[in-house]
Amino acid sequence: MATENLVYDRPEGFTDTPTHYCPGCTHGVAHRLVAEVLEEMGVLEKTIGVAPVGCSVFAYNYFDTDFVEAPHGRAPAMATGVKRVMPDRIVFTYQGDGDLASIGMGEIVHAAARGENITVIFINNANFGMTGGQMAPTTLPGMKTTSSPNGRDVETQGYPIKVAEMLSTLDGVGYCVRRSLHDPKNIRLAKKAIRMAFETQSRGLGFSMVELLSTCPTNWGITPVNSLKFVEEHMVPFYPLGDYKISEAIKQIKV
Amino acid sequence: MPKELWKGNEAIAETAVRAGLEAYFGYPITPQTEILEYLSRRMPELGRTFVQAESELGAINMVYGAACTGVRVMSSSSSPGVSLMMEGISYIAGTEVPAVLVNVMRGGPGLGNIAPAQGDYNQAVHGGGHGDYQPIVLAPASVQEAIDLTALSFDLAEKYRAICMVILDGCVGQMMEPAEMPEMKPVHRENWDWNTDAKMGKRERRVLSSIYIEPAEEEKMNLRVLNRWRTIEAKEVRYKEYFLDDAEIVVVGFGTAGRIALSAVREARAEGIKVGLLRPITVSPFPYKVIDQLTARADAFLVTEMNSGQMLEDVRLAVKGRVPVEFYGRLGGVVPIPG
Repeated sequence: MATENLVYDRPEGFTDTPTHYCPGCTHGVAHRLVAEVLEEMGVLEKTIGVAPVGCSVFAYNYFDTDFVEAPHGRAPAMATGVKRVMPDRIVFTYQGDGDLASIGMGEIVHAAARGENITVIFINNANFGMTGGQMAPTTLPGMKTTSSPNGRDVETQGYPIKVAEMLSTLDGVGYCVRRSLHDPKNIRLAKKAIRMAFETQSRGLGFSMVELLSTCPTNWGITPVNSLKFVEEHMVPFYPLGDYKISEAIKQIKV
Repeated sequence: MPKELWKGNEAIAETAVRAGLEAYFGYPITPQTEILEYLSRRMPELGRTFVQAESELGAINMVYGAACTGVRVMSSSSSPGVSLMMEGISYIAGTEVPAVLVNVMRGGPGLGNIAPAQGDYNQAVHGGGHGDYQPIVLAPASVQEAIDLTALSFDLAEKYRAICMVILDGCVGQMMEPAEMPEMKPVHRENWDWNTDAKMGKRERRVLSSIYIEPAEEEKMNLRVLNRWRTIEAKEVRYKEYFLDDAEIVVVGFGTAGRIALSAVREARAEGIKVGLLRPITVSPFPYKVIDQLTARADAFLVTEMNSGQMLEDVRLAVKGRVPVEFYGRLGGVVPIPG
């Protein structure tokens, strides 16, 4: 007699609320990886999330943990306030590139420099999603957006910011890597990195961040499948995947 | 406790510590920096949280985060820094979490100067941040009052889940006076039913946010805060009266301007002029009713401020044109001298 094994279910780290994300958007994948990691580490009960402003503004609806909602870009400062008075809790921010790399650049750099024991999940999809696809600091040179209609002209609109590389120069950073969500293999690597980032925090080894190259089919104006190809063919070459900083103590961690 | 000689800013810092302050987040700016410096030493000594933030934006959002966990938290700044904090203040108000902010005001607008001024009255009292909210605003005129009102600010903030501001100027902040400190209270974490300190196996998850995406829900929140404000208006108005029993002329001044006005009132009394002083302690909620009652027996009001006439508008609202309301103010950090 055939038996049925349930091999894929909603992680316990999720609430029952369906997400509002567009079809093909990788926010859902990133959310799921975070929820799975928190569940596997057994820390859902002691986790406090900090939601950003952007497409993931309603992240607090989806994770089955306490949550606070930050002003645009200020999540690392708010997370600092939470973590400093609740040092035994797990505190993470989930931020997009407009939130983290544009308006919130001051907050993220200084939270990293102070070595705040928080984990940052950074979604890089090369545009401001929620407001309809404007140019972000991470928009690729020549990439068309609603506020760079002729393609990003670096002469007048500046150069993209490579956040993982930049933050890895700071002494307060324990773990800082870039991964991508464009295929199953990379998604598995991304999950491992997210696990390591939270392990870094739970051991008090400093600031941890995982930058995730992500898709935005709606605003990019291409299909979900072509969006994944765009990440692989255009974003990965510009934003190389890799470990930008892993402190010695973290290298010893085996999970 | 016996009286000791305290500098205003340091007295505020020590009072906050004794009131159970668990976390302070701030950024240097004259003339409030002694609060930051004092707490940079005192808080770690007691095993409590002190962070010098990267900016006032950072500081107020650290306050916001800590406030969401339900602990006693404060920041302090001076005028230009408080302008930067207005975003966070609006969010704190919109999320209905308690927090204390001290503004040691200086001359402005813009970078202005570092001399004592009261130009941030409107920003504090009528809300410098966006959206519908009303902060509680206390205005001390002496070091002793700065101590008493700082202690009170934490109780009021928690009682009404609101932002409570203490506004003073460089005079009170920098001046040394004999004053009595409150007893040291232990840090006490209340068992709130709203704070986000993680589930810890004890309860359902909680979310703190200022988002109400449905207008009808936002309106409900606005009305909830407004109703709370009506209670604050009914119960928390505080002021001091001097020589008002037979006063024909009523001087109204807050903080340092009110204190200077008292000297002038005493001189005028010595000359036989029937003049008295009303000094609002809570400039928000403002003592409209008291002024309304005084209007029935006063011939005229004189409002005095170290600004261009900001509280003047609130006095006019209470007087409703029944008697003349005159104004004397010095601006830009110039401190008026009686006589």
